[in-house]
Amino acid sequence: MAEREQIRKPAPSPREQSVEESPPASERGSDIKAQLDDLLDEIDEVLETNAEDFVKSYIQKGGE
Amino acid sequence: MAVPKTLGLETEYGIVHRGASEPNPISASSLLINAYLIAHGQAPEPGRAAVGWDFTDETPGNDARGGAPAGSLAPEIETHLVNAVLTNGARYYVDHAHPELSTPECADALSTVLYDRAAELIAARSMEAARMLLPPGEEIVVYKNNSDGKGNSYGCHENYLVSRAVPFSRIVTDATAHFVTRQIYCGAGKMGSETSGMRLDGAGYQLSQRADFIEEEVGLETTLKRPIVNTRDEPHADAAKYRRLHVIVGDANMSQVATFLKVGTTALVMALIEDDAMPREFRFATPVAALRQVSRDRQLRQPLELADGGTVTALGVQWELLAAARAYLEQRGADAVGGEVAHLVVARWEEVLGGLECDPGGLAGQVDWVAKLRLLEGFRDRHGLDFQDARLRALDIQYHDLRPDRSLAARAGLETLVDEDAAVEAMTEPPPDTRAFFRGRCLQKFAAEVVAANWDSIVFDVGEGSLRRVSMTEPARGTVSHVGDLFDECSSAMELLRRLGSAGA
Repeated sequence: MAEREQIRKPAPSPREQSVEESPPASERGSDIKAQLDDLLDEIDEVLETNAEDFVKSYIQKGGE
Repeated sequence: MAVPKTLGLETEYGIVHRGASEPNPISASSLLINAYLIAHGQAPEPGRAAVGWDFTDETPGNDARGGAPAGSLAPEIETHLVNAVLTNGARYYVDHAHPELSTPECADALSTVLYDRAAELIAARSMEAARMLLPPGEEIVVYKNNSDGKGNSYGCHENYLVSRAVPFSRIVTDATAHFVTRQIYCGAGKMGSETSGMRLDGAGYQLSQRADFIEEEVGLETTLKRPIVNTRDEPHADAAKYRRLHVIVGDANMSQVATFLKVGTTALVMALIEDDAMPREFRFATPVAALRQVSRDRQLRQPLELADGGTVTALGVQWELLAAARAYLEQRGADAVGGEVAHLVVARWEEVLGGLECDPGGLAGQVDWVAKLRLLEGFRDRHGLDFQDARLRALDIQYHDLRPDRSLAARAGLETLVDEDAAVEAMTEPPPDTRAFFRGRCLQKFAAEVVAANWDSIVFDVGEGSLRRVSMTEPARGTVSHVGDLFDECSSAMELLRRLGSAGA
């Protein structure tokens, strides 16, 4: 939730939307990068280890 | 007049039986659901039959256009597979080769998000329960997506109660404009293309899981030649008053905001159609091509050709629909579209359209296709991968994995709209404000006397020789305010039926 508030940009005029205070752009940018790095670390840990086989064997029947 | 929008989602999940020598998706789906029913006390006592689904009112072959064109194939009903009614009023069953969960009827978009989240939790608990029954090394895994990346699709269908008074042809024209363009915020994102002859740009990514599988503008089919507007005319309610618009064009969403907007904006657009308040008629020159074009336009800038020779962008259509919805709420109020929640929908709709217009990347906490793309690009850059790399395709699939310890969506920083404890409660408690309350309470209190249930009736056997059927053709009746006290006061199904008989449900 905090992340969204930090990176949310005001809507373009003439459409009205409240403009929220946000930290300076450089600080915001490094925050976002750090968050993404943490996330990518986690993905490295949990992503299927044999991606090629996993993708090949993910076969579904049509449904509905 | 717009009728109050009773809403619901039916999600077919992808399923993989890992470690099995000859995996069979139908038996895996049955095992998954039965394991949940047994582990969570929703299975019958030994020696008693389960509460079955009652198929007597199912008519999926009825076509809203009156008569289906020659060559249309009506879906077949499979009655022999696992088919359970849960105490929260949901239906959990095997459909074709997938586990499917239909939420109980919900009165607004936020309640729909709550029951959709409850369905995800039920799927997660089902996987845990199945693991206990399977040999070591085997596991059943469930994915909330709509494509296997190899040309096979399965659906997440939406349902909206609309007035029978609206000519179906009006719904077709006006709803199409919304369905073609709403992907920009409710697309779940997909690597690659599954449409022969349609190439993607260098990045190989599109907004929607589902656009590749939509081939017709309007039709009855759901398994082939899938249409933008589905004509199934099976209201599961008083057919003289209501239609149920059965929407098959959408993606299943991991983002709660996306589900909220998908359902909330569509309910509003249905009310605009019913009350003749659409901003104008958006008739696309080639709707199916437009749908695919929008799915492939990450810049959200491409003009879509209209039949009258003009053009409009997907964002342009959405801004106009938003303005009309806002005016509608001011002039007519929100009673038909979920009350206060409709105002939250409109506020979020505006915020997200504004974000899409100036900085789509800023919506990674709200919009699935943006969230997934951020992970794909970050992972590609970190490991210096080509966009064709299998690891990126694996990431695409695993975004939708419903195991908490594996789900990438659960790690992506998506904003949540419903409280997790409330979602846990919604796994077993019905919504208070639709007829699902009546169904759920009957299952909670009198399951032993309930022989079968479906969307608009419940059949009881109270030992009187003949079975007793309680009809529920009004989706907004049978709520806690109508029958809550009655359930508190009745100690047997017999008493409930006697009092319903004298008072009328």
